[in-house]
Amino acid sequence: MLLGVVVLIALLGPAFAPDPSTAILGTPGHGPAGGAPLGLDFIGRDVFSRLLDGGRSTLLMGGSATVLIYLAGIAVGLTAGYVQSLADPLLMRAVDVVLSFPALLVMLLFVTAFGGGSVVLVGAAALVLFPGVARIVRTATTEVMTRNYVEAAISWGERGFAIMRREVLPNIIAPIVADLGIRFSWAIILIASVNYLGLGLRPPTADWGLMISENRAIISSNPLSVLAPAAVLALLVIAVNLVGDAYVRHFGRSGDDR
Amino acid sequence: MAISDASTATLAPGQEQSAAPKGRYPVLRFLVGRVSAALLTLLIASMLIFLATNVLPGNAAVVVLGRNARLAQVHKLEAELGLNHSELQRYATWLGQMAHGNFGKSAVAVAEGRTDSAISSTLASPLSDSGILAGLTALLLIPLTLALGTLAGLRAGRRVDHAISVPALVAGGLPEFVTGTALIFVFFTVLKLLPAVALLSPGQSPFSDIKALVLPVLTLLAVAVGAGVRQVRAGMIEVLQQDFILFARLNGIPERKVILQYALRNALAPSVQIIAQNLQYLVGGIIIVESVFTYPGIGTYLVQAVTSRDVTEVQAAAMILATFYVAINIAADLIVIFLVPKLRTGLL
Amino acid sequence: MKPAGSMVLQARDLRVEVANGAAIIEDVAFELRAGEILGLVGESGSGKTTTARALFGHYERGLSLRSGEVSVAGRQLTTPESFRQARGQLISYVPQNPGTSLNPSLRIVAAIGDMLRAHPAAGTAAPGHDAVAQASAALLGRVGLPGEEEFGRRYPHQLSGGQQQRVCIAIALSCDPAVVVLDEPTTGLDVVTQDRIMRELVRLRDERGVAMLYITHDLAVVGQIASRIAVMYAGRIVEEGSAEQILSAPRHPYTRGLVASTPDHLQPRILEAMGGIAAGVGERPPGCAFAPRCRQRVDHCDTELPTLAEAAPGHSVRCFEWPSTPVLDWTSAEFPAKQDGPAGKAVLEVEHLSAGYRSRAGRHLVVRDVSFAVDEGACVALVGESGSGKTTIARAIAGLHPPSDGRILVGGQPLAGQAQRRTVDERRRIAIVFQNPAEALNPRHTVLSSVARPGRILRGLGRAEADAEARRLLTAVRLPARIAGRYPGELSGGERQRVAIARALIGQPDVLVCDEITSALDVSVQAVVLELLHELRRQLGISIVFITHDLGVVATVAERVLILESGSICEEGTVAEVLGAPHHEYTRRLLDAAPSLITTIKAWQMVR
Repeated sequence: MLLGVVVLIALLGPAFAPDPSTAILGTPGHGPAGGAPLGLDFIGRDVFSRLLDGGRSTLLMGGSATVLIYLAGIAVGLTAGYVQSLADPLLMRAVDVVLSFPALLVMLLFVTAFGGGSVVLVGAAALVLFPGVARIVRTATTEVMTRNYVEAAISWGERGFAIMRREVLPNIIAPIVADLGIRFSWAIILIASVNYLGLGLRPPTADWGLMISENRAIISSNPLSVLAPAAVLALLVIAVNLVGDAYVRHFGRSGDDR
Repeated sequence: MAISDASTATLAPGQEQSAAPKGRYPVLRFLVGRVSAALLTLLIASMLIFLATNVLPGNAAVVVLGRNARLAQVHKLEAELGLNHSELQRYATWLGQMAHGNFGKSAVAVAEGRTDSAISSTLASPLSDSGILAGLTALLLIPLTLALGTLAGLRAGRRVDHAISVPALVAGGLPEFVTGTALIFVFFTVLKLLPAVALLSPGQSPFSDIKALVLPVLTLLAVAVGAGVRQVRAGMIEVLQQDFILFARLNGIPERKVILQYALRNALAPSVQIIAQNLQYLVGGIIIVESVFTYPGIGTYLVQAVTSRDVTEVQAAAMILATFYVAINIAADLIVIFLVPKLRTGLL
Repeated sequence: MKPAGSMVLQARDLRVEVANGAAIIEDVAFELRAGEILGLVGESGSGKTTTARALFGHYERGLSLRSGEVSVAGRQLTTPESFRQARGQLISYVPQNPGTSLNPSLRIVAAIGDMLRAHPAAGTAAPGHDAVAQASAALLGRVGLPGEEEFGRRYPHQLSGGQQQRVCIAIALSCDPAVVVLDEPTTGLDVVTQDRIMRELVRLRDERGVAMLYITHDLAVVGQIASRIAVMYAGRIVEEGSAEQILSAPRHPYTRGLVASTPDHLQPRILEAMGGIAAGVGERPPGCAFAPRCRQRVDHCDTELPTLAEAAPGHSVRCFEWPSTPVLDWTSAEFPAKQDGPAGKAVLEVEHLSAGYRSRAGRHLVVRDVSFAVDEGACVALVGESGSGKTTIARAIAGLHPPSDGRILVGGQPLAGQAQRRTVDERRRIAIVFQNPAEALNPRHTVLSSVARPGRILRGLGRAEADAEARRLLTAVRLPARIAGRYPGELSGGERQRVAIARALIGQPDVLVCDEITSALDVSVQAVVLELLHELRRQLGISIVFITHDLGVVATVAERVLILESGSICEEGTVAEVLGAPHHEYTRRLLDAAPSLITTIKAWQMVR
């Protein structure tokens, strides 16, 4: 429910924004007034319009990063778990290396190297977060691979691809989906953090993370210019987490209906 | 936000551990093994950091000086920073210098012709300021995480649990800058109790203005404790479901002892790893928290370096953070070995 | 019979419910006298563990005691506090899994010390360090463990499974309780260890006069140790009496079925299987819970609940029709003369097979130079304890574990080590069924699709043909047609194993490799599966490699047997030769330790 509302705001918001998000309407830091329910920002733009506009980039970037995370994670994890002999230690050591850096540090290195464009942000977030998924997928795969039904399939001569698709994948979907919510929220947060630091998307782009840092100086004159984007971002993250949590509680971590 | 995929393998109670090395001086051997693995990781880290800071189109000198710089200026800076050597040579020099605690000179400072360009000296004060911030947080973080997590685990499903777990879920999931901004709004804008920034003048000790430290520490705590509590709680619940708890209870071991010596004792090893993840989180978390409160630590230093594209400073700060990250890992592994008899006796 | 001791345990009218009011156990009552061992027998889901825990005032999450009284050593236990005081002091517990039941971070002396300090002898202070050391050395000695200080300083993981269980027993005995409740105490242990521990228990009973409630699913085990037996079915006690009454003259049709289903290595015979499965909690019929499976059911069995009625002095039965329960006389029954098959040609040959694992420490062989042959239509049993390499042999035959040395031949043709390298026809000729019914079938595929799939690959059947063939085979393994559309999660363990057998048969294999296929099943379900195998052999003439640790099962299914000891064959021959007159020392030890109902019953008959 909560998630739906935030997503709707983010996706449809731009269509309902009363003013162009980059138009300067009046005194910077002016409080809420008739045309601007959330007041004006640090250079006098309408906070409400920017709020409606800024969600799209957050969601789109977070969403595409999540897709990449799962594509890469499942590919690497499945390969490592299935091939086992040589690919497994190699891929998993690589994953360990990525995981032995603070996530934000890697993001910043990427920004240093390639600049703060949205493609870079999405790519960096995916690189930082896919190893976690790869690990989960690998653990689940190696576990399923030792199940008797997979061994039976091998013994009657099922080919590698069919084993992955018929026997392994359907049985590791549950643990993979279980923390989709967390990964999604981490991706959103990582990207928003870089934007907040002013190293990601460039002004005058409307982005929730960027808005919070831009308007910090006027927190006293128009607190809503900071609190509103902070609140929607918080709501989004919490909603995503709660949905993930509820899924886990409902279906358990394992896909077996035993 | 605390990402907890950290590289410490979580050790479930009662779970089989892979074969430990045997033979003479096994603990020493284990230590040597772990440290060399860590050094290898750091070596790879240094390569990646070097690579990341050298893939820029053009070279560092041009970037620092700007596009309109005169060729002579660029050449001079190149010579000063050693950029006229091949990349492999530069990497080797950089690595060699770092081994001696020398991080080279700041590209920007050299370009601007300043004399205080040695990174080792400009980095010292941010490093100690960050150390104080992280240290203070860790001091509160460890007991808080353990106490709240254990309590929630012991009372799982009851009111106390909900009172701890729900806020922990929210706090642990929020971005630091959202939490920090909210705290600023409450304690600075509304209550006017605490300062919104923690600016220090050069040479000023963070302890001289304790009030300024409150909000940064609180922000870090909220996120780290929030994430840690949930994991400690889960570990506790798992231990409580073990057969040896039932065996002790059915044979009349007093409940207090069951909790302390049977449950807590065995939940400790997994908790140490959670705490380690928490401390690792701090290494990344201070980057953004320092920026929220404009606290002059290594995080702020790094962000400024990235903003001004000061390649050598980015390299130095990134390398230091990565080293801390890896070191925490080793420390946690060692502590766990001494906590779990099965691992310890497998070694000794 | 020894003179009866004083009453030490009385349980009356125990009823434990789940939250919605459905009973897990109901109307459970029994008594135990000093020096007596009462066997509480039941299959999975019968409520025996719930009953045991109820004696301690302990209920699993979501369960609660609705009614009932427990008194131990003359003390009525009602409040949680009274139960807590009794635990360990008056009544103690020995668990099923000693390995996970000992605190991994406590040394053995410390664990025993915890018990001694928790229940100091009346009027004394908690014992000090030296007193604990002395007392624990004495206790360890009493359960047959070395009492030295070095041993006491060990951690649980440094002990073998048998030693761990002895430590648990020592802990349970440390405060001289009147009653010890043992919940399947030897289930995870191998037969030799099981035998030693049971002797130890009998000795402790004789020496200390302690009363024991021995919970098990295994009639052969309980016959060796118990003086009285209570049989539970679907949460109720259905029959109770002296061990001799229950085992040699069971009056309840369920008890009779259990006895008839229990294989015995000294009495090869075809088992009489009971059909159906036990009703789950909340699904039990208003009348007798066994009625749906009962052959002597009359109309009012479905609606009226029989009470425990006296069938003989000290022998009570919960059945209206108990007088018509046929007398069980399988002690004289003989195995139908085995078709000494036309000394057929060998279908499967294993020549000098060695196989192992590679680890950091180097190569580790678990199978060494094993050779045997299986003739057309024959059943060869491979017997060994855990770690004997028997499962590795099965996996090597199925192409799941490439041998490091030796050959496997089918129809005279040598096979590749890996299934992927074998031709379709070679793969078709060998099929394998595994031990664990929980993971036998892919939980994401329906029964029909699971069974049909190998038919399409191995025999090139079209979808419709494969489905039709699968349905036919499901009927052949005696599963109802409606099961085809179900998912494995909806099936019982026995049903899943039968589906796995149907799946193995769809390729029309020459050899069926059965790796401990019944060891995770209840005895009555095991009997059904074994009977099915007999039937299939008769109809299809299929050859079977049957791998098991249970000598009793060997006697029921196989003609030839190979005994494996740490990876090598130590004895080989016909079942009659090997089980009747073993030559090898190891075989003899196994046979001596294996519990046998017939031995127990014959011993009683001799006494009479």
